[in-house]
Amino acid sequence: MAGPISWQLATVTAIRDETPTVRSLTLRLPTWSGHRPGQHVDLRLTAEDGYSVERSYSIASEPERADVVEITVERIDDGEVSPFLDDVVVVGDRIELRGPIGGYFVWEAPLGGPLLLVAGGSGVVPLMAMLRHRSHAGAPVSARLLCSSRHFEEIIYREELDHLVSNADGLKVFHTLTRSQPPGWSGFARRIDERMLAEVLEPFGISARAYLCGPTALVETAANVLVRLGMPPDRVRTERFGPSGT
Amino acid sequence: MTERFVTRGFEGRRGPKDAGQADVASRIPPGQYLTTDFPVLSAGPTPRTPLDRWSFSMDGLVHQPVGWTWESFLALPSRDWTVDISCVTKWTKLDMRWRGVSVDTLFEHVDLDPTAAFAIAWSDGGYTTNLPLEDILNGQAFVAFEYDGKPLSPEHGGPARLVVPGRYFWKSAKWVRGLRIQSRDEPGFWESLGYHNRGDQWLEERYSGD
Repeated sequence: MAGPISWQLATVTAIRDETPTVRSLTLRLPTWSGHRPGQHVDLRLTAEDGYSVERSYSIASEPERADVVEITVERIDDGEVSPFLDDVVVVGDRIELRGPIGGYFVWEAPLGGPLLLVAGGSGVVPLMAMLRHRSHAGAPVSARLLCSSRHFEEIIYREELDHLVSNADGLKVFHTLTRSQPPGWSGFARRIDERMLAEVLEPFGISARAYLCGPTALVETAANVLVRLGMPPDRVRTERFGPSGT
Repeated sequence: MTERFVTRGFEGRRGPKDAGQADVASRIPPGQYLTTDFPVLSAGPTPRTPLDRWSFSMDGLVHQPVGWTWESFLALPSRDWTVDISCVTKWTKLDMRWRGVSVDTLFEHVDLDPTAAFAIAWSDGGYTTNLPLEDILNGQAFVAFEYDGKPLSPEHGGPARLVVPGRYFWKSAKWVRGLRIQSRDEPGFWESLGYHNRGDQWLEERYSGD
């Protein structure tokens, strides 16, 4: 049996704004055995009087970066933790953390591909760890990311994704903007549906490995469509957040 | 680190404890927060088995395996259950209303081998979870087919899911199709992927080694 996953004290070494409501924190860890892309960490925040809360965050960074993990936090206005991480935390602060956690929603280069990634909003975070890892490992795996955001300004990692695509190493990124589109927008402009997924999946066919992360409704829709298109359910891995909407 | 580190600048929104609702606070296990949503978490696509092909079985270390069709399962004695549920992803939801068949009722239909000690719940889609019999007998678990007065939706595990309120929610196998009785323990899906073998939320048994 594995030893306990212990709490450790991480130091915030960098903070980067991703969108007006999303920012990334780089956390340096005293002891980190490494993680697999797709895994998450637990954070624990404790007030002066001992009041304490825990939350899970997907790891955004690739395992090739030693001794640090990066998390990307979307500010939920009525949330208890994300406004603190987005407004109060500064470089040099220390936060309790433990991990890595989770062993199913993971992709590593030896698993191969082709890789179909589908993200809704901040669901792109664990998928970004996979793409960063793929790039660092020089993995010759074709990959396609379909990313759903509400507005252009809300696309997380937009410039870095553009940069990864410009490496011309077999990655294609598709964006869909569901609420508003800038003038001259050439991407998709609707919620993810069967026609869109079929178009993105087409060159891969049902041999792809699919990883879906986002709000429940989006993931539920996309997973059902992929199975209907003929993908074996055990090649469709999902991570969902938010209420069921039912 | 046993002593907790005070996080600079963190005050917290506080919950029922500060609102004087000690009765509510006492129902929230350590490290959990209260939600009024019913979040969905699954590792893969939602399986859909037509009810005319659905069955529920009890096999393994029983003298005579037993199986039910959907109709015969619904004909078993069932009751309403109002329970608090805690998910390892940190949410706790109070007073969730279900209707279902007690696991005790299912066990009345089999003669257990004297060595029987564990149940492996298995589901459509290949999911499994392991439970000692002492964790699911004596009114501690049921197979639910209604939630909040309506048929249990597929996303939440319908047509039927196991519900074990005393353990983190991954032990409450969605799309459950049977219990296999064994003498030895055998880690299930999440138990093999770093999660705790028993999963008692009051002891915060989230991950292997906790």
